[in-house]
Amino acid sequence: MANVPVHEWTLLEAARRVREKEISSRELTGAILARIEALDPKVHAYITVLPEAAAAQAAACDEEQAKGALRGPFHGVPIGLKDIFCTRGVRTTCGSRILRDFLPPYDACVTEKVLAAGAVLPGKHNMDEFAMGSSTETSFFGPTRNPWDLSRIPGGSSGGTAAAVAAAMCFAGVGTDTGGSIRQPASLCGVVGVKPTYGRVSRYGMIAFASSLDQGGPIARTVADAAALLGVIAGYDRRDSTCVNLPVPDYLAAVERQVKGLRVGLPKEYYEGEGFSPEVRAAVEKALKALTDQGAVVVEVSLPHTSFALSTYYLIAPAEASSNLARYDGVRYGHRAEGAPGLIEMMSRTRAEGFGDEVKRRIMIGTYALSAGYYDAYYGKAQKVRTLIRDDFTKAFEAADVLLTPTAPTPAFRLGEKTGDPLTMYLSDIFTIPCNLAGIPGISVPCGFSAEGLPIGAQLLSKPFREETLFTAAGAIERVLPSRRVAPLEG
Amino acid sequence: MAFETVIGLEVHAQLSTRSKIFCACSSAFGAAPNGNTCPVCTGMPGVLPVLNRKAVEFTIRTAIATSCTVQRRSVFARKNYFYPDLPKAYQISQYELPVALGGHVDIEVDGGTKRIGITRIHMEEDAGKLVHEGEFAGAQASLADLNRCSVPLMEIVSEPDMRTPEEGGAYLRRLHDILVYLGVCDGNMEEGSFRCDANVSVRPAGQAAFGTKVELKNMNSFRNVEKALEHEIRRQVELIEDGGKVVQETRLWDANANVTVSMRRKEEAHDYRYFPDPDLLPLIVDDSWVEELRGTIPELPAEKIARLERQYGIPRYDAVILASTRALADFFEASAAIYGGNPKTTANECVHWKDAVLAGTLSPETIGHAVEDRERGTISATASKKLVELVLSTGKPFRTLRDEQGLTQLSDASALDLLVDKILAASPKEVDGYRAGKAGLLSFFVGQVMKESRGKANPKMVQEVLKKRLG
Amino acid sequence: MAITREEVQHVARLARLSLPEAEAERLRGQLSALLDYVKQLDRLDTRDVVPTSHATETGTPFRDDVVEPFGDREALLANAPDRKNDFFRVPRIIED
Repeated sequence: MANVPVHEWTLLEAARRVREKEISSRELTGAILARIEALDPKVHAYITVLPEAAAAQAAACDEEQAKGALRGPFHGVPIGLKDIFCTRGVRTTCGSRILRDFLPPYDACVTEKVLAAGAVLPGKHNMDEFAMGSSTETSFFGPTRNPWDLSRIPGGSSGGTAAAVAAAMCFAGVGTDTGGSIRQPASLCGVVGVKPTYGRVSRYGMIAFASSLDQGGPIARTVADAAALLGVIAGYDRRDSTCVNLPVPDYLAAVERQVKGLRVGLPKEYYEGEGFSPEVRAAVEKALKALTDQGAVVVEVSLPHTSFALSTYYLIAPAEASSNLARYDGVRYGHRAEGAPGLIEMMSRTRAEGFGDEVKRRIMIGTYALSAGYYDAYYGKAQKVRTLIRDDFTKAFEAADVLLTPTAPTPAFRLGEKTGDPLTMYLSDIFTIPCNLAGIPGISVPCGFSAEGLPIGAQLLSKPFREETLFTAAGAIERVLPSRRVAPLEG
Repeated sequence: MAFETVIGLEVHAQLSTRSKIFCACSSAFGAAPNGNTCPVCTGMPGVLPVLNRKAVEFTIRTAIATSCTVQRRSVFARKNYFYPDLPKAYQISQYELPVALGGHVDIEVDGGTKRIGITRIHMEEDAGKLVHEGEFAGAQASLADLNRCSVPLMEIVSEPDMRTPEEGGAYLRRLHDILVYLGVCDGNMEEGSFRCDANVSVRPAGQAAFGTKVELKNMNSFRNVEKALEHEIRRQVELIEDGGKVVQETRLWDANANVTVSMRRKEEAHDYRYFPDPDLLPLIVDDSWVEELRGTIPELPAEKIARLERQYGIPRYDAVILASTRALADFFEASAAIYGGNPKTTANECVHWKDAVLAGTLSPETIGHAVEDRERGTISATASKKLVELVLSTGKPFRTLRDEQGLTQLSDASALDLLVDKILAASPKEVDGYRAGKAGLLSFFVGQVMKESRGKANPKMVQEVLKKRLG
Repeated sequence: MAITREEVQHVARLARLSLPEAEAERLRGQLSALLDYVKQLDRLDTRDVVPTSHATETGTPFRDDVVEPFGDREALLANAPDRKNDFFRVPRIIED
């Protein structure tokens, strides 16, 4: 371990070394801040970097530790947050012009928990505007680039977080996932990403996109890191009515468990289509072999309504978003258009100026899907098909403990390649969307590289509140297919 | 052509919980602008609603008191529209699945009882207040105070069962009293904690189909509701008789001009795009909770009126006035418990001193003793009034003051006999006059006795003694 | 199923988005394409299916009726684009 650079340590390794006083938080944080300064001009994973505040936090951590006080499991370790989590007194933009200077007067629950665990906040990560996108190209602040190939996208909407983790510009991060926005960028950046069960992590202070689908989750370089971070951010919060009151298991302990006898389902609809590249197929097959070599058994399952998931999602998510984003009207905070002659003009111009194209597109489709005369045909219909999709999974999990699929249909594509046609972009999410509709948890774990050296991830899905099973299976894959988790990018 | 009127009323009642419906801010009236706010009720990014249990309790109790069926499962829905006093740009309300359905309120009209149906009761959050900057019509800006945002509201929708403005007024007053009795709403129309909108239409007598209905808003008292209804009915009838057609619209009551005015607004598509709020789970109310709350329902106005009539033998008219405020009725009964010899008088006294009763500055003992002393002839009615006023100003007990002031009436028979004899002896000419037939002289003698006794003699008894003596 | 120009402007008004003609036309094309795609849902018979309007069917949790003041009015007003003392200030509604 001696010749592994500081910034490449795993989260757990960094935490251990601080705890055992092998390194100070100041030094650890300094290394990360230096890395950000060197690399982020190229990668652009961060919207806001907090060098002074982070250094001050690190200094405070060291002082407390000197007195024998440790705040929590990640004392003194830099962990980043997607710029969708409110951070008191620190600009929180959601990747949008409309919130470009917004200073929240409160912390999100996730923010509170990460800070209570002792972490240092190096900055806020770039993201697709209002989490709407699969490439981090819709950010008002410019795109993030994939650290493995700067001409390519990192995925989205948590592309900044995935890139920051993959480029070792933080030890881990927390992103959000509504239709794949943690798992897909994790896959494209060669890192681990987890979307927990809906209701596992509090959404309080997590700026809403689609309320019945959004979940916050960890992005890290190893399965164990992700498990440990989930253990910190999961749990009951009375400020979120949809957050469940269930005890948080020891996710870390699940990582080392055996997969002997584990029933791995391969949903045939995911594998039949031509939508995904041969390289992805080959990599996922390796992941499957990693599991079966360790004693897992394969079962074929069917999720018959898979082909309807994209339509269902692209009616429900925009509908909820159109309502959630209506509060951005220039009255109480955020951007306000100047010189408007009256109230309605002010609001309409504010929102036209403040929102990007993708956001406007989704607000329009969402408003339409809810509007008088169309509700039953669109939103109402989609909510019913959602039930069918959920029931598909419930049935599949009678035969299987875990489902294995690709995370993304292809490795990272180039910047600008898919921005011309929204529908083409939406198809990047075909494997990840159904899981959000069903509310079940999912993980993406690296399982190979393309010929061009681009990361490929495998997705595992399990029953509600069985994240442990995901960590066990992902851990098993990781044991057999260890891979480089830090992109070979130098400053 | 004879016309029939159809009236439906929609009441929005602010629930008197301590905190707001979806956040922990105070819901008290009258705070400094934006002093009772937080990220949740001001719709900041990332906030979420959490439901106030007490608001649900109050709504369930109202549903029980109006004989509604409480729904086991109801759903909160978003009503989406843009306005500066609506921070989230949607109001959390209930739409397809409200908390309660199908109840009624009985009212008294024309000496009989009529049943007014209640279609539904649901819960929602209030919006803030928008005021115009400056006094001038040319003011360029409005100012938003979000204190009222998210104060809990109960919306009670009646069936279109009312046929006259009087019935409308009676329904409103009865509903108001029920809510105040339950302690769920303070019922203050001027402060806006009890608001009413009306839907009114007319149709030719005998026609089954309803006419076009007009919505009326901006009526801030019971009387104004009745007046607005009267004017609107007349307007519609005149319009139809002149060959015109009633347009479906919203009209505002102008209390100064005594007319309803069209809200001449650009034809806005009021498409609220209701959908179930994904940030709240369904409201589940099980039978045991309903039964538990049923036990907390006090005797309601209708029952109380009937019982007061029956139990105390007072006229219905008096019972209605007493029951209009629960505290007044309770006070009456407490006073009658202290002395129940003449409940009618007790009732009159309670009504007379209503303001002091409700302000809490008068005790049942005071009224009880006042009525008793008058009945027993110990004091006169005039003295009674004076003494109660003294009780209010000094706080001393009634009988203490009575004795201090020496206001005890002279009712002792033998003492009165002596007095009367004295007066008669001193006025022989008048005695003869009276015995000769000048009956009017009786008041002369009464006056003399009163003067002689310095006003303390019991006038009624004096009269009786005089009559006996004079023959 | 194409969405018309009028419908696009109507929806934009409902959503308070001012759309110049060119943008409205581009959106019209994109929305029409999306609406065509989602038409596939009509193939499914969902007459007897209960919609998933909530993540779970357990009851919504409750709060006790206790006041907890936020305690920092200034922080809530600090982000206001325009304020007058402690009010949020907005342009008047123009009556047509």
